Amino acid sequence: MKLLKEGYKTVEKIAGPLLFVSKVARGGIGEIVKIESNFGEDYGQILQIVDDLCVIQVFGETMGLAPNNTVVWLERDVVKIPLGIALQGRILNGRAMPIDGEGPISCIEKWAPIQGNAINPWRRKSPHEFIETGISTIDLMNTLVKGQKLPIFTGSGLPADKLAAQIVKYARTPATSADSSPFMVVFAALGITQREASYFREAFRESGAIYRGVFFFNLAGDPSIERILTPRMALTVAEYFAFEKGYDVLVVLTDMLHYCEALREISSAREEIPGRRGFPSYMYSDLASIYERAGCISGIKGSITQIPIVTMPDDDLTHPVPDLTGYITEGQIVMDRELHGKGIYPPIDVLSSLSRLMNKGIGEGSTVPEHRALSDQLYAAYGRFKYLIRLKTIIGEEGLTPTEMSYLSFGEKFESEFVNQGERRRSLDETLEHAWNCLLTLPKDELHRLPVNLIDEVMLKRGTKA
Amino acid sequence: MQDNRGYIKGISGSVVTSTCFANTSIYEVVYVGSERLLGEVVRVRRDVADIQVYEDTTGLQIGDHTIFTGELLSMKLGPGLLGQVLDGIGRPLERLGKKSPYISRGTHIDAVDDSEKWYFIPRLQRGDDVGPGDILGEVEEKGIKHFIMAPLDFRGKNSTISWMAPKGEYVVDDVICKIGETTVKMFQRWNIRTPRKVGRKLDLDKPLLTGTRILDVFFPLALGGTAVIPGGFGTGKTVTQQSIARWANADIVIYIGCGERGNEMTEVLEEFPSLTDVRRGIPLMDRMILIANTSNMPVAAREASIYLGMTIAEYYRDMGYNVAIIADSISRWAEALREISGRLEEMPGEEGYPAYLASRLARYYERAGNVVPLGSPQRNGSISVINAISPPGGDFSEPVTQSGLRLSGCFWALDKGLATKRHFPSINWAQSYSLYHENLDRYFTREISEDWVPLREFVFNILHDGKSLQEMVQIVGRDGLTEEEKWILKLSELINIFYLQQNAFDPNDAYCDSGRQLVMLNTLKLLDEQIRGALNSGVLFEQIDSQFAFVADLMKLRSQNTEDYENSLTSYIKKLKEELSDLI
Ligand SMILES: Nc1ncnc2c1ncn2[C@@H]1O[C@H](COP(=O)(O)OP(=O)(O)O)[C@@H](O)[C@H]1O
Ligand SMILES: [Mg+2]
Repeated sequence: MKLLKEGYKTVEKIAGPLLFVSKVARGGIGEIVKIESNFGEDYGQILQIVDDLCVIQVFGETMGLAPNNTVVWLERDVVKIPLGIALQGRILNGRAMPIDGEGPISCIEKWAPIQGNAINPWRRKSPHEFIETGISTIDLMNTLVKGQKLPIFTGSGLPADKLAAQIVKYARTPATSADSSPFMVVFAALGITQREASYFREAFRESGAIYRGVFFFNLAGDPSIERILTPRMALTVAEYFAFEKGYDVLVVLTDMLHYCEALREISSAREEIPGRRGFPSYMYSDLASIYERAGCISGIKGSITQIPIVTMPDDDLTHPVPDLTGYITEGQIVMDRELHGKGIYPPIDVLSSLSRLMNKGIGEGSTVPEHRALSDQLYAAYGRFKYLIRLKTIIGEEGLTPTEMSYLSFGEKFESEFVNQGERRRSLDETLEHAWNCLLTLPKDELHRLPVNLIDEVMLKRGTKA
Repeated sequence: MQDNRGYIKGISGSVVTSTCFANTSIYEVVYVGSERLLGEVVRVRRDVADIQVYEDTTGLQIGDHTIFTGELLSMKLGPGLLGQVLDGIGRPLERLGKKSPYISRGTHIDAVDDSEKWYFIPRLQRGDDVGPGDILGEVEEKGIKHFIMAPLDFRGKNSTISWMAPKGEYVVDDVICKIGETTVKMFQRWNIRTPRKVGRKLDLDKPLLTGTRILDVFFPLALGGTAVIPGGFGTGKTVTQQSIARWANADIVIYIGCGERGNEMTEVLEEFPSLTDVRRGIPLMDRMILIANTSNMPVAAREASIYLGMTIAEYYRDMGYNVAIIADSISRWAEALREISGRLEEMPGEEGYPAYLASRLARYYERAGNVVPLGSPQRNGSISVINAISPPGGDFSEPVTQSGLRLSGCFWALDKGLATKRHFPSINWAQSYSLYHENLDRYFTREISEDWVPLREFVFNILHDGKSLQEMVQIVGRDGLTEEEKWILKLSELINIFYLQQNAFDPNDAYCDSGRQLVMLNTLKLLDEQIRGALNSGVLFEQIDSQFAFVADLMKLRSQNTEDYENSLTSYIKKLKEELSDLI
């Protein structure tokens, strides 16, 4: 039992979000501290210790703190979050304090450290269950499976929020009934604007997700360092519901760019050697400690599917945040400004998008046997279309063969009909129908990724001729 | 008072600073804190040591104890490793996983199971004289002969066997032999950072066949050679490496998931046990050892993982096996090195990597080779190194890619543009190279066919010509092309689709042996001869192009199994000839 409270008035230096406190006896790495000043109370975490000097990152604002008005109390504990079923339907701030006016969190079952532990790879179970998102470009060409981490890469002004909200609203697995929302949502807003936040709130209310989900809001005006905590808290809650209560949890994290900027802020205050664009060189491992918390575990019910939203500054896919994200996640859905400009929604560029776990969730028994072949054929044909569009600008339409011309009609149909589905949900059957509509604009000989008898069968059914 | 105990003075991420002693040595193993987290000294100053800790350091406090063991980080090598999955410091993940789904701290168990029994058959007997590396006897491990060898560092005055265990069942900790006064057990410990000594190095004259057409034909790797496969995310590093792990003609495969995805390890664990080794008919998992130190597992253990893998590889090589060691990815290892170096506040070099990055990499690559191991009977073993590289932003000018290029014999360059088009494997044939052609051409000519080299050159030339024509078309259009040039353009497109593209998930095409590769090359040659014949007799390319569905025809051929392939090819060419002559 701890009788004495350990408080220190020995703040030596304050730099950005960091406090340097000396003469600390037996400081512990990762421990939380309470910071008391004329402005009230705040919390921080010990990041680094050299002898009796502790470097502390403060989750709130350091503005107004001065070495002589600040007391640092060691809590002798790591950052923890209260867990319990009653979290469902609650709206919390970026460090898990309720902000919905419904009072404190009730019926707490336990407190858990938010750091999380790495899942033993031997205990993982490959994600393999098809999730129907109702979006053609995803369901047919970049299939999402339960337990996958699949980010949306977007650019400023592109409708990633809308897409994410739509996925939350429509996502279902074939096993669950059509009208109940099968997923429980854990949502973490990281530095998004008031406007974006209310968009999500409204969308969740409309889809009913609000009653069963848990929502964390760290907005653009909130302390940026808090953002280091928010995704970890959200994932700790997700793990609780998934692996202890058996839920399929869909975690939406938006926007990971802001999370990484907070990481950069701390790193630069610590005067670490900056990596690309000033982001710390350990950002890969740090991001992995968040993204790798998705998955399925053998012998345990429940799953965590992650949809992080990542803004690509200047639409640059090689910017460190989308780049490192893509290296960790199991694919990516990429939003395209050109398609958006043409009024196409959702403006998903299938060629740069990818679902690495797709093969596990499709085909006989899950979707349709020809799923892979159809998707490959669409990719090949659309890729060819893109090439021919460029060629056309050089040599003109006259220079193209009739077959090549048919690719141009294919591509236009593909973009304006298959991709451009609007906000409506499409069942997989409808998606397949649209896919064939596009493909049959091509000569049969060009469809060499598809089994010949299948093409014949489909043509027969539709009464179209070769 | 114990004189090997220090206490923690500082903590920064995975690096802990502790008081130490005059005899504390670099790379000495240290247990840190009350949970006895495993660590290794990476820097010693007069009385403080910096220790990289292989487990999560959260909760460690200033003043916590450290215990200096005086030993280096070593691996217990013996029968029972095959088929296992280990973390970066050699702990068996299956046994740990039975207790908890999460990686727990402070548990130290060896991968070699002390209680498992092995049937030992001696090969030598009392009175025989032995030297380092001599084979004393054998046990059977998962269908291969696991040789029990005299320790490499064995240095007794008396080198005569004074006692040899009779054949029978033993556990690895049992003494199976006495050489003079030295007792030998069925296992040996080896410090993971020290290469195992070998007799002599041999030339590399046999290929590591992968079953992937573009690699085996255009950019072959030799047994004992080194290859790098750099590429941005989603270009096919992992799929290519897993495909090599499946199909390569290696006896043993060590697969290191070094700072990559957890689910990719799981995939191997789920799929490989039910797949069969095409050459020996045993489950694929039985020839594998998986080292899984995923991106979210401790970075210091990631740094150690490649040395652990290499040590195990050398151990099996010393028995006379061809071992392939596949690391996905070496960039994550380099980043771990950089992170630790940053915590030590060392002077950064290029891209923040420590100045010793290149020399550390060199030492790793140089552990590859084709060798005669120490000891008798004389045998031949090899280690082939295949490293994935994950350059930031897919830009190959960064230090890890550049060092890899300098140190390896094969460069398999992945191309984002090809991957975007779903051209797989998206290896760029114009950028990639192999330095083993000269040696291996002799092998292919002797073992496969005299036509191998000429056919390869024929196809490669068409690809080159096709590429320059394509570049021209993109500037000036198609009008100026001759009939022959139009055909070359078409043929190079066919080569891409029919020969270079190979879907790793297509059960009929994922693996293509050398014989089949040869007939496929020959198909292209025969096709070319027919078409050129027709063009020379005045037929226009457009006539041919509109009449024939070459892609469809070739894909149909490709879907034939090898037995039927040659017959179908003959009849295809015959039919083609007839139809062409109708045009003339
Ligand atoms: N040889 C191949 N055949 C078929 N698909 C492939 C092949 N290589 C790569 N792919 C596709 O590309 C995706 C990314 O490949 P992967 O090896 O995971 O990339 P990386 O490791 O470079 O990030 C895979 O999920 C798969 O869909
Ligand atoms: Mg990979």
